[in-house]
Amino acid sequence: MSMTLTEKILAKASGRTHVNAGETVWVDVDVLMTHDVCGPPTIGIFKREFGEDARVWDKDKVVIIPDHYIFTNDKYANRNVDILRAFAADQDLPHYYDVGSERYKGVCHVAMPEEGFTRPGEVLFGTDSHTCTAGAFGQFATGIGNTDAGFIMGTGKLWVKVPETMKFIFEGEIPPHIMAKDLILRIIGDIGVDGGTYRAMEFAGDGVMNMDMEGRMTLTNMVIEGGGKNGVVEPDEVTFDYVRKRTNKEFTPLYNDPDAKYHSVRTYKSSELEPMVAKPHSPDNKATVGEVKNTPLTRAYIGSCTGGKLSDFEAAARVIKGHEVGVETYVVPATTKIREDLKTTWYDGETLWDIFQNAGAHMGEASCAACLGGPSDTFGRLQGEEVCISTTNRNFPGRMGSKKAQVYLASPYTVAASAITGNITDPREYLPVEETV
Amino acid sequence: MSKIIKGKAFVVGNDIDTDQIIPAEHLVYSLDDPEERRFYGRFALSGVPEDKSGLPEGGLPFTDPDKFESDYKIIIGGKNFGCGSSREHAPFALQVAGAEAVVATGYARIFFRNAVDGGFIIPYESHDDLIEHISTGDEVEIDGELNIIKNLTTGKSYPLKKLGDVVDIVDAGGIFKYAAKHGML
Repeated sequence: MSMTLTEKILAKASGRTHVNAGETVWVDVDVLMTHDVCGPPTIGIFKREFGEDARVWDKDKVVIIPDHYIFTNDKYANRNVDILRAFAADQDLPHYYDVGSERYKGVCHVAMPEEGFTRPGEVLFGTDSHTCTAGAFGQFATGIGNTDAGFIMGTGKLWVKVPETMKFIFEGEIPPHIMAKDLILRIIGDIGVDGGTYRAMEFAGDGVMNMDMEGRMTLTNMVIEGGGKNGVVEPDEVTFDYVRKRTNKEFTPLYNDPDAKYHSVRTYKSSELEPMVAKPHSPDNKATVGEVKNTPLTRAYIGSCTGGKLSDFEAAARVIKGHEVGVETYVVPATTKIREDLKTTWYDGETLWDIFQNAGAHMGEASCAACLGGPSDTFGRLQGEEVCISTTNRNFPGRMGSKKAQVYLASPYTVAASAITGNITDPREYLPVEETV
Repeated sequence: MSKIIKGKAFVVGNDIDTDQIIPAEHLVYSLDDPEERRFYGRFALSGVPEDKSGLPEGGLPFTDPDKFESDYKIIIGGKNFGCGSSREHAPFALQVAGAEAVVATGYARIFFRNAVDGGFIIPYESHDDLIEHISTGDEVEIDGELNIIKNLTTGKSYPLKKLGDVVDIVDAGGIFKYAAKHGML
């Protein structure tokens, strides 16, 4: 019997030769990831259930990356990091990335690939809904709660229902003004915020396979905004090249069988794609940029696991270069590595860092920051009736801090062009014309 | 499931995400400390926009701002209840507020899983969109054996879907108790 990539990974992880979509299986976990918001309660549950002196099931498989509430004076938030630090020391965990140390990374979903934890064919669970990002590497990766994470911490196992797969194919070259974010906003707009519930969402076609890893990560990252359980892209040489540069650990990539059964297949012609936004207050409230053009804004935000990767800033910098921003603009690199890269990556005679700074943007430290609001002193947090355009992933009421604010989600190109004018703007108005070879 | 849950209903709309159930700024409190954990009850459903909070009229807080527990025991939602983040603080907050069940036409899967595996609150699915049939403050009763919800205020009953695969975990009271019962720990 043929299987999808997701079915194959779950079959392997449950020690079976075959699984069917809809079956419940117990899988062996390759990596468990947690952070400062859900780590402390996970640790609490682990100790409650397995004992104060219990040891984690495999310390090489536990990854703890504080990233949510880092640069804040909130005493409870800081206490959460203290709890992680004490636990990591007590358990002698090798993969803990402490705040205030040189090891500090920032946003877990971008740090995970940087550190080589996103390996094809493996099973990753994380206490964060955007754990699905790692599916870009052909890994089965999904978000879980603290109880499930506490269970894994003690046993290395978890039950999971095998999902059907929805396949999304992009045929043909992606136009130069279109980014992965436009593709995923289009998909979520088409299927709705619950259109992928309980299912895997796979991205395929030459439009996707010609993307670098960061573009693919933008697609799988927002699977959860379509309700999906996991996102996935079949691994290829681009994947292997990225992963092998970052880990020596062996992995076994898995692929779809040619006659695998899908829940559904949707095909898009890449050439027909438009720059997209998700209007307030839902990621499926889609519009083309043309349909909401000139909507007045008071803020722009470039950051998060979705839109705070190096390639996102490279894109934004190409648009912003030589301009000043017309609204308050916040730049928040996802990780400390990306923050350093901004200072050493040049575009047209200037570093990306200088391009943003000279444009008048506020430059932040690496963390989740205002993507999810956070404590009241969080960098870039919406406090009132702001109208913000953002490269982040969610615009439900109150997501970025204020119930009264309005958030438009868009690609780094569109956010950068809109930051310049102070209105929602088509990036084609500011993108340099490509020189044809 | 022989459990009867009876109490006042609190009605909200579609796509109630976890930031509406418990806004992210409140995720800093300890879930164990008895003094701190009460705040999850106080701020449960505090992110729901005012006009959508306590339908059909709206403008009703789930938990009064000066209290830690809600007067409502059963939450009625529409589609995709609990979408958004994976925070287990969401079903936890509803439990701490005193709620025992949610009845919605559908759930985001992580919320559903967290509610069940943590044993916090029972996530029932209804066939009908009950937002149309139940008003905030109505006295309702869920019969977990017959799989129905009765609106005692109007006298009408509506069928619930069976809990399916997860019924054993719900009955056991969460994944740890289930696993212990089956010799897995």
